[in-house]
Amino acid sequence: MTEWQDRIFEVLKAGDVRQVAYVPDAGHARLIERVEGAPEMRGIVLTTEEEGVALACGAWLGGERAALLMQSSGVGNCVNMFSLVSNCRFPLLTLVTMRGEWAEFNPWQVPMAKATQAVLESMGFSVYRVTRADDVEETVQAAVDLAFESDQAVAVLLSQRLIGRKSWLAGN
Amino acid sequence: MAGRELTNQDGLDRRLASAKLLSGCPDALVVAGLGSASYDLFAAGDRSANFYLWGAMGGAAAIGLGLALAQPRRPVLVLTGDGEQLMGMGALATIGVQRPLNLAVVVLDNGRFAETGMQRSHTALGVSLPAVAAACSFAWTLDIGEMDALAPLGARIQAMQGCGLARIRIRAEEVPRALPSRDGVWLKNRFRSALGFPPM
Repeated sequence: MTEWQDRIFEVLKAGDVRQVAYVPDAGHARLIERVEGAPEMRGIVLTTEEEGVALACGAWLGGERAALLMQSSGVGNCVNMFSLVSNCRFPLLTLVTMRGEWAEFNPWQVPMAKATQAVLESMGFSVYRVTRADDVEETVQAAVDLAFESDQAVAVLLSQRLIGRKSWLAGN
Repeated sequence: MAGRELTNQDGLDRRLASAKLLSGCPDALVVAGLGSASYDLFAAGDRSANFYLWGAMGGAAAIGLGLALAQPRRPVLVLTGDGEQLMGMGALATIGVQRPLNLAVVVLDNGRFAETGMQRSHTALGVSLPAVAAACSFAWTLDIGEMDALAPLGARIQAMQGCGLARIRIRAEEVPRALPSRDGVWLKNRFRSALGFPPM
């Protein structure tokens, strides 16, 4: 499980992403750990995901690349702030771990899971979805290039099938 | 709550206060929150290192954080209103964790949502943004009600003496609109060009 997350870290590092903002998710745990341990990157814990949208725009104003890590529920917290991205044509790279779409135990995750891709696309994002570990590296690389070479908003949805089941009960 | 309501008729003139503050920190990269704070910044003199918001309410301080981390050798000033900052109160916690030395948030506080008809905001009803910032581990906080304090505030921001928040008490009054460009792409490219970054 950790292997594809390490590949994301390497792509972000090689892509000169310096600020990595996040609201934690179990699916991002390994990546957050790598970021927090990297001297060339700064991990920035957020209280809500929309702060990360604004922060990434500020980073770009100052000449740095940023990435925003969140889970699918967080996309809903960002919607109006995405207008900053589209109005100013800021590059925005977000990696979204999906909940509520595959063998989900918690029904409260389901509504936003159904809405995530549609919300992102309606706010102007290009959306890539990854379901196989072998596709993670190439997809995140493509997202980095599209975001920062073409000043685009790009979301990579990391599917719940890729991330695996969350263990809710002892021995489960 | 009526007993705690502030009438706020005896605060500072927002345009004079903003101009005085800004003249004290000429090197600052400035992000202005939507509405009156953007008009105040523009009225004090347009410059490439100003970034005006026309939306993204609650986002000004977080934009300032990303900018301050990317440009550690330049002072960064977020100039905003009480309503805008109240919507981004979580960002004060996020800033309080990072505490860049070069970031200051200045709230022009009239206790009103001025753009929408002067409805009272939380700061007129007992909420203190400097107290919130202090609780979020900001290095310094100030509550300013006198013009004499603005030149020292500008100098403090210019000197990048730690992450701080200042509240400036301003009068709740309508002032003539001074409207900056609302072309976000142009504002972004102009700002980045001033820092030596070419457009795409």
